[in-house]
Amino acid sequence: MSVLIFADQTDGQIKKASFEAICYGTAIATQLGMDAEAVVLGTISKEELVALGKYGAKKVHHITDSNLDHFDAQAYTKVIAGIVTATGSKVIVFSNGLTGKAVAPRLSARLKAGLVTGAIALPDTSNGFVVKKSVFSGKAFANVSINTDVKIISLNQNSFPVATTDGAAEVIDATANVDGPKVKITATNKITGEVPLSEAELVVSGGRGLKGPENWALVTELAKLLGAATACSRPVADAHWRPHHEHVGQTGGAVAPNLYFAIGISGAIQHLAGVNRSKVIVVINKDPEAPFFKAADYGIVGDAFEVMPKIIEAVKKLKGVA
Amino acid sequence: MKILVCISKTPDTTAKIAFTDNNSKFAEAGVQFIVNPYDEWYALVRALELKEAGLATTVSLVTVGLPDADPIIRKALAIGGDDAIRINSDNDDSFYIASQIAAVAKDGGYELVLTGKETIDYNGSSIGGMVAELIDAPYISLAIKLDITGTTATAVREIEGGEETNEITLPVVISCQKGMAEQRIPNMKGIMGARTKPLVVKEPVAVESLTSIVSFDLPPAKAGVKLVSPEHPEELVRLLHEEAKVF
Ligand SMILES: Cc1cc2nc3c(=O)[nH]c(=O)nc-3n(C[C@H](O)[C@H](O)[C@H](O)COP(=O)(O)OP(=O)(O)OC[C@H]3O[C@@H](n4cnc5c(N)ncnc54)[C@H](O)[C@@H]3O)c2cc1C
Ligand SMILES: Nc1ncnc2c1ncn2[C@@H]1O[C@H](COP(=O)(O)O)[C@@H](O)[C@H]1O
Repeated sequence: MSVLIFADQTDGQIKKASFEAICYGTAIATQLGMDAEAVVLGTISKEELVALGKYGAKKVHHITDSNLDHFDAQAYTKVIAGIVTATGSKVIVFSNGLTGKAVAPRLSARLKAGLVTGAIALPDTSNGFVVKKSVFSGKAFANVSINTDVKIISLNQNSFPVATTDGAAEVIDATANVDGPKVKITATNKITGEVPLSEAELVVSGGRGLKGPENWALVTELAKLLGAATACSRPVADAHWRPHHEHVGQTGGAVAPNLYFAIGISGAIQHLAGVNRSKVIVVINKDPEAPFFKAADYGIVGDAFEVMPKIIEAVKKLKGVA
Repeated sequence: MKILVCISKTPDTTAKIAFTDNNSKFAEAGVQFIVNPYDEWYALVRALELKEAGLATTVSLVTVGLPDADPIIRKALAIGGDDAIRINSDNDDSFYIASQIAAVAKDGGYELVLTGKETIDYNGSSIGGMVAELIDAPYISLAIKLDITGTTATAVREIEGGEETNEITLPVVISCQKGMAEQRIPNMKGIMGARTKPLVVKEPVAVESLTSIVSFDLPPAKAGVKLVSPEHPEELVRLLHEEAKVF
């Protein structure tokens, strides 16, 4: 019996969120007196797999097949289901990212194993198996009981601490009959040279208070200095001041970085829905009544056009940038 | 080609979030309910556009809910759905709901099933994937564009740090998010017409529930904002570095 963690990789690199998922799965395994094992699909070096032991995985089941080098949720689900059966896993852990969102629900329906997505804490196993998940876009939590023998949890990013030891995982090359993909990938378009919003630890975001796209250097320069991703409010994306993928909130992307730095954003409830899981929120707004201040940890009531250049100067000084 | 759009009922985006009955139930008193924005703005409107372009014959709606979901489904009919099915159940387990939708999808021979990205109350982002597995169809999650040519769907989906274009042969299940379409406001003719469009109520098929909600909690209140004088913005940088330690 084991806890099985799906470790997601692209181009031979395990994603950061998967390290968090392995640490989380390892903690569950300890809680239940089981071993933590990981499963990795597609081409990747042996060193990368052995290194998953650092996060707590005792074994790593690795399946290579040319059909797995391109993501196909259906093919991935079948292969993972095979590993679950072979290992007798009782709990399966995903990171609640884009791959997890495509695969975990399929696996749940295939195995008739109860699924909780958006988990933010270890399960409470004192009476059954109850997982705390984020609901109402971060405005509340639900405690959800999984009532099946096999359980699936999809962990929200940035909600469990990553700790490492000097362990090494045993790599097991497994084989599987992999169906040819039904989904044909005809184009991939990655935004290069920017920190992807979904993975960012720091986010600098601008709203309509910045008046127009010509003023966005106040956002992008700070972001560049901090290695942060950039985001914006919905009206800003709707007016094409910024690309749509930067739109966060109820109807855009959701982020949970360590720092969300909001400039000239009022903090409407629909905007907060996408950012309220951030660890630290900073608000720069000239209106002391702006609702965002109620959700903020730090703030300045002031004109962004006066305040931001000084902040950028101070960060430059801190970072030793001329 | 027939399209099935999954419609869910959610509290308005500005609703006060509170719980009753020992924190086991959402407090509905005084709350206004709406069509889940992802279902309405993106899944439904894109389905209507495909029909208007002659690429689909009908746009049917399905919801799993009690009679209090009828005004929601009528609203979606007013925006432009042709007919609707309500499966009469208040079970909130994702697998249970997905099983009901899968049964409707199979029965009706729908070749394109559209869901929203997630419900804004439960935030499961699960039902589309479950339906796809249950009807053994491919699933494109979090699509931002969708086109149909003959029996091929071309969808652009979000991937980490970018986008990917996928081609799939129908049938397929697709979850829809921003980019798909623009919100449409129903007009008077739509609202009047919706009253007489078919809304069939069916009893659920027997399936087990895999999960159940035990209780809800609210997050602890924030300690309150620490304000820094606009005369000394560098002090904010110091606090973020030394106190919050975020950079
Ligand atoms: C169903 C629904 C879904 C929605 N989804 C989203 C969503 O996903 N994301 C989203 O962002 N919005 C969403 N909205 C819209 C939301 O309600 C707000 O309208 C929007 O967030 C406001 O954007 P903003 O803060 O940039 O602009 P505004 O509300 O116009 O605020 C601008 C702010 O800038 C401040 N300001 C002005 N000048 C300066 C200056 N010189 N220096 C400093 N501050 C200044 C002002 O005081 C003000 O607070 C949604 C709305 C609905 C109804
Ligand atoms: N009760 C329901 N009836 C019909 N469709 C639903 C229901 N609940 C959720 N859906 C659909 O499934 C999508 C994802 O829901 P969820 O997995 O709960 O986040 C929603 O956007 C809807 O399109």
